[in-house]
Amino acid sequence: MRVNVRVNGEQRQADDVWEGESLLFMLRERLGLPGSKNACEQGECGSCTVYLDNVPVCACLVAAGQAQDREVRTVEGLADGDALDPVQEAFVEAGAVQCGFCTPGLVVAAHDLLDRVPSPSDPEIREALAGNLCRCTGYEKILDAVRLAASRR
Amino acid sequence: MDFLRPETLAEALELKASRPDAVPIAGGTDVMVELNFDHRRPAALLDLTRIAELREWTDGLRVGSGVPYVRIIDELGSQLPGLAMAARTVGSPQIRNRGTVGGNLGAASPAGDTHPVLLASDAVIEVASVRGTRMIPAADFYLGVKRNALEPDELIVAVHLAPAKGPQQFSKVGTRNAMVIAVCSFAISLFPAENRVGAAVGSAAPTPRRAHEAEEFLASELDFSSPQPLLDSVKRRFGELVSEAASPIDDVRGSAAYRKHALAVMARRTLGWAWQELLSQKNGGGERTCA
Repeated sequence: MRVNVRVNGEQRQADDVWEGESLLFMLRERLGLPGSKNACEQGECGSCTVYLDNVPVCACLVAAGQAQDREVRTVEGLADGDALDPVQEAFVEAGAVQCGFCTPGLVVAAHDLLDRVPSPSDPEIREALAGNLCRCTGYEKILDAVRLAASRR
Repeated sequence: MDFLRPETLAEALELKASRPDAVPIAGGTDVMVELNFDHRRPAALLDLTRIAELREWTDGLRVGSGVPYVRIIDELGSQLPGLAMAARTVGSPQIRNRGTVGGNLGAASPAGDTHPVLLASDAVIEVASVRGTRMIPAADFYLGVKRNALEPDELIVAVHLAPAKGPQQFSKVGTRNAMVIAVCSFAISLFPAENRVGAAVGSAAPTPRRAHEAEEFLASELDFSSPQPLLDSVKRRFGELVSEAASPIDDVRGSAAYRKHALAVMARRTLGWAWQELLSQKNGGGERTCA
């Protein structure tokens, strides 16, 4: 089937989409957006977190067809050209990136948190990031990055 | 595979009637896992996310089956505290943004987080087909492991739940706070005006189930009109009866013996919290005590 979807502000079209395929597969394999990572495919790890109509979701748990006529924003859509989003900047500065695989999902989840709660408490940060796993276990630096990004708002 | 995309409930019911093999999908948090792992290859997917009437609620309450957990937590928490508590324990923020009570009911997993609350609060499930509408009490909805009372042409439309008439509590055991399937869970609802208690267990039997004897015991022991501090013996006996209502198995998440033990503890504690809330309301104060 064909899916028309707005991705990172641009109207996109994907053809030959399998009806049972996920939004994540369509983004990565058909629309050339490999920023969202494919790991658990069951919503456990959060590495594929994207905005769907401004709400963070696991792209692996959205059927591609459900994104028809909707608005998707991926990690690729956060930066403004070469200028990183403040959340991305804070991840770099705080050393919140080790292997980097979980980073795109965490950046989107943190970005959403700071949009909703400009100065989150530590428990609020932990709760907001509870669905994102880092197998390098770099959580302390990730918390530092979110606090840093919040302090600059 | 076909991807069916109805815009209205009437259209969805027509499609489900002509394609009973179509699998409904809303939040996708269960269905997509099965597709991603090739555990299921349905002939068609019936996308319910475009149907506005499933994503609304009306006073009373009639909560559309497609209302995501996050909205139940943020917007219905004061009217449906028990359901909101259970919704808060579902998955992660990403999952709660998508997952729905309708999906919990459709999957009918014995471990579904909202089931004990629906049972303890006398919820009624509204299902519909082109043949008409049926109102199914939650107690009659769960038939077996991942089996519910839906006919092949029916869709879950809404859950009818009265705003809380008294304190409600929910408790769930897992290895961490987020992202866990319940080892076991428990919900309690007090109905002070009716001298009645609702109590139900989750993830501790082939289906979620009510703890009838425990409910009757409390109804006979508790004085709702002039509530006094609870006797330890009452809390303990209630816990035992809740535990006896379960018939758990040993599995990867926990042993049957552990589940029985944990249920007794959760029942005792949640009763303590709910009763304390009632005492505070009646007496205008009072401290929460540990069970």
